[in-house]
Amino acid sequence: MMDLLNLQPATAEIFLALASLGLVLVSAFVAPQEKASKLVRRLTLISFAIAIFLTIYNGSTPAYAFNGQFFTSSFMVYMKVIILLGAMGILLMAKRELKQDQIDRPELPLLMLLSVVGMMLMVSANDIIVLYMGLELQSLPLYVIAAIRRESLRSSEAGLKYFLLGALSSGLLLYGASLLYGFTGHTSYDGIKIALENDVSPGAVIGMVFLISGLAFKISAAPFHMWTPDVYEGSPSIVTAFFAVVPKLAAMTLFLRFTYGVLADASDSWQQIVMIIAVLSMLIGAGGAIMQTDIKRLMAYSSIAHMGYALVGVAAASDLGIGAVMLYMTIYVISSIGVFAIILSLKQEGRPLTRIEDLAGFSKTHPVYALAMMVLMFSMAGIPPMGGFFGKWYVFSAAIASGHVMLAIIGVLASVIGAFYYIRIIKVMYVDDQVITIDNHIPRSNTMIALGAAVVMAVFLFGLGILREQITAAVPFVVFVAG
Amino acid sequence: METTTWPVLTVLTFLPLIGVVFLLLIRGDEDVVSRNARNVALWVSGFTFLLSLILLINFDPTYAGYQFVDKGEWLAADGIGFMMGVDGISMPFIVLSAFLTPLAILASWQSVQHRVREYMIAFLALETLMIGTFAALDLVVFYLFFEAVLIPMFIIIGIWGGARRVYSAFKFFLYTLAGSVLMLVAILVMYNTAGTTNIPQLTDFAFDPDVQFWLFLAFFASFAVKMPMWPVHTWLPDAHVEAPTAGSMILAGVLLKMGGYGFLRFSLPMFPDASVTFAPMIFVLSIIAIIYTSLVALAQQDMKKLIAYSSVAHMGFVTIGIFSLNIQGVAGAMFQMISHGLISAALFFAVGVVYDRLHTRDIDAYGGVADAMPRYAVFFMIMMLGSVGLPGTTGFVGEFLVMVGAWQANILVAIFTATGIVLGATYMLWLYRRVVFGRAEKDEILSLKPLNQREIFIFVPLTILVIWYGIFPSGILEIMDVSIMTVLDQMDLASMELSGNSQIAITGIGE
Repeated sequence: MMDLLNLQPATAEIFLALASLGLVLVSAFVAPQEKASKLVRRLTLISFAIAIFLTIYNGSTPAYAFNGQFFTSSFMVYMKVIILLGAMGILLMAKRELKQDQIDRPELPLLMLLSVVGMMLMVSANDIIVLYMGLELQSLPLYVIAAIRRESLRSSEAGLKYFLLGALSSGLLLYGASLLYGFTGHTSYDGIKIALENDVSPGAVIGMVFLISGLAFKISAAPFHMWTPDVYEGSPSIVTAFFAVVPKLAAMTLFLRFTYGVLADASDSWQQIVMIIAVLSMLIGAGGAIMQTDIKRLMAYSSIAHMGYALVGVAAASDLGIGAVMLYMTIYVISSIGVFAIILSLKQEGRPLTRIEDLAGFSKTHPVYALAMMVLMFSMAGIPPMGGFFGKWYVFSAAIASGHVMLAIIGVLASVIGAFYYIRIIKVMYVDDQVITIDNHIPRSNTMIALGAAVVMAVFLFGLGILREQITAAVPFVVFVAG
Repeated sequence: METTTWPVLTVLTFLPLIGVVFLLLIRGDEDVVSRNARNVALWVSGFTFLLSLILLINFDPTYAGYQFVDKGEWLAADGIGFMMGVDGISMPFIVLSAFLTPLAILASWQSVQHRVREYMIAFLALETLMIGTFAALDLVVFYLFFEAVLIPMFIIIGIWGGARRVYSAFKFFLYTLAGSVLMLVAILVMYNTAGTTNIPQLTDFAFDPDVQFWLFLAFFASFAVKMPMWPVHTWLPDAHVEAPTAGSMILAGVLLKMGGYGFLRFSLPMFPDASVTFAPMIFVLSIIAIIYTSLVALAQQDMKKLIAYSSVAHMGFVTIGIFSLNIQGVAGAMFQMISHGLISAALFFAVGVVYDRLHTRDIDAYGGVADAMPRYAVFFMIMMLGSVGLPGTTGFVGEFLVMVGAWQANILVAIFTATGIVLGATYMLWLYRRVVFGRAEKDEILSLKPLNQREIFIFVPLTILVIWYGIFPSGILEIMDVSIMTVLDQMDLASMELSGNSQIAITGIGE
């Protein structure tokens, strides 16, 4: 199993890496730029589809590659497929955005592709060196696409801010990793896990804290959330959508694997930290969103709160918790893509609209979209029978099963505060009178994604049983220490 | 448990949703859509009512367990299943919901003129959720229905409400949600303790008294807001004042009863010790509610607000009856809830009738309505007297039984409750005098159009039921008697189990 040359488990990653190299050539040799952009975007989509196929095809039996530095199992397959689907969803909506934001260059899909390769590495990493490689491969393209509208001051500001704080967090993470290596003598997950089984030294604990802080930055959990609203607001909307969905998923998977997987036996040392981060994220996310007038900033705070809820599942430090986080993130991805599909559809003569009050009268001009948005908002607020409720149900259930009733109580109360700003959007759409004429033309891809997400959230309870079986089967393979 | 060959209860619950699908499919210009939407909604809800009557006819009141039980696989991996069934406690509420919905739809036949299709969708969805709440036999399924009720009601108040509708809708939504999420935590604790969310199984499960204490409080938070009890009642007057007439009818007629139903279905049988512990607190809160809100009602200038406050007072009777923990008290509370469901729906409709004509709810704007609308005056009077608790109406039976129950529990409570009845008579009679009697001097009062056929058609069945069951209450009491006895028996059993007489308890449960 530890065969150095067995690359089969990593086929999808290798394929995507090669595809990105190929697409660099395509973008260099195809002229004019618009044609290249179109071609690269399509080929990237196809690559993602092939990668999904390869990921599933290579199967969910636990397997190592690269001398044990790379690990794949049904858990990773599940997460990777969602990451790839999320990236595809965003890229499908990119066509019009790229044109109207004047960023119609082949770089954007290409950088997204590279970032996704990094994410898949993060998910499958079984060694802190690979983890760091994956993390940086994921982050660097993101810094660039945040600032892809070079001429726009806010986009550049977003990129710079993201880069500076991201670099800081990478530094924290790296420092933590080095401490962990120093005190356990291993860089591989399995080695660290075995070393910590016997003894958790103070140095290793400090390492853990740094590492968790670094990861918390990547999922934009409080108190490492400061960058999120600014970056979300400043970046072009399509990039914001990408930020809100895909990297969060990869970083959360890493968070899960590292805390519950690698540091499982030291859970006493990190559980409290994760709890504090979870509580702060839920409260800051809910409270911060109330005063927002920009819908992208609102989504930023909403994502902070959602990460807080997901972390409640992590803090449970149990199989139930892991399953709950997987479900929560799945729901989060679907509903976020849906909401962004609608945000991306809000244009006035091609100019993007991002103020919440621009939605006034939306229910009269676009009744179907308003209905979809309403379903998604109720889902995000966690009101049954929408999907979002079940995400919360399972995370809080896991927390209570682990004895953290207080955490659940704070969580549900924060969700009441959160409900306020979600239903405020519904109020703006349905009660307020129209001020701004929103363009009637909405691309078909946006329509399909928005309505699809809304329908999935509305009928989520019917498919929940099957999804839960999948998840329950995948949970034991967060880490796998071969005997 | 009795099962049926076809899932009648599930069909009844989701039948209105079929109407929703029809409504979504209607095409044409706005007038056509509106007309068809009204008709579809009325037919579907009328048919649902007929089906609920069939259910009622086939219901066996002598059987202690759940009837018409439907079971289904749902979240097998988590031990959560879909289950529905009715007993004597939920049966009357299901029929009440199915009865009031077509009347509410009829009540908004003319007063709602914009977005009619969406309005009807909201009402039909609401009907599904109301019936589902009362029929659910799995805690998770119950919670789904119970909480989802917020969505259509929020929309009904927020879109078709009055001037301050946004404020009221938000207040309603957030107040109720805040209460419910605490119940959600309690449900999760119960699920993780007992390993099931099946209501019959949870009823047999003996929770530790210390845990019961907190579980009871969490459920109380939700049901107290829903009832509503003092001091968390403040959302109700706002919601009622701003809601459209039909919204108020359903809100007062059915939604408030979910709290009382919850106490009977969950709090009493599942947390018997805590129920005994908290009974004095609930008595105090209820007495404050009865006396304080009655006084507040006296001071109101807005008719709807006055009736809303009277609802809070009447719900105070219900909680006193439930927590007197004897058969008369609980039966009285149940009866009072059904009676209030009919009477308050009729009273809100009565306000709606004159509001549609004069577009004001200010009491001083009226006076002498009897001259112009004699029939209206009669209907209003019967309902007003029912609300006051005049013998011969359902209001009397409910209040009387509650008083009997309270007397057995605590004489002082009974005395204070009686004060409430006097105050209730004061504000209702005074309201009636100011609105209906006196000399009609203003032109707009004299020129009020008399009741049309549609309005009479709404008043008549409500009036007949209020009087019929006021004279022959056994029709309703028989349905619920056995089930109430079962609940009270379960309480005794559960307390015995905890106090060490487990021998008796085990033989009791094992049968």
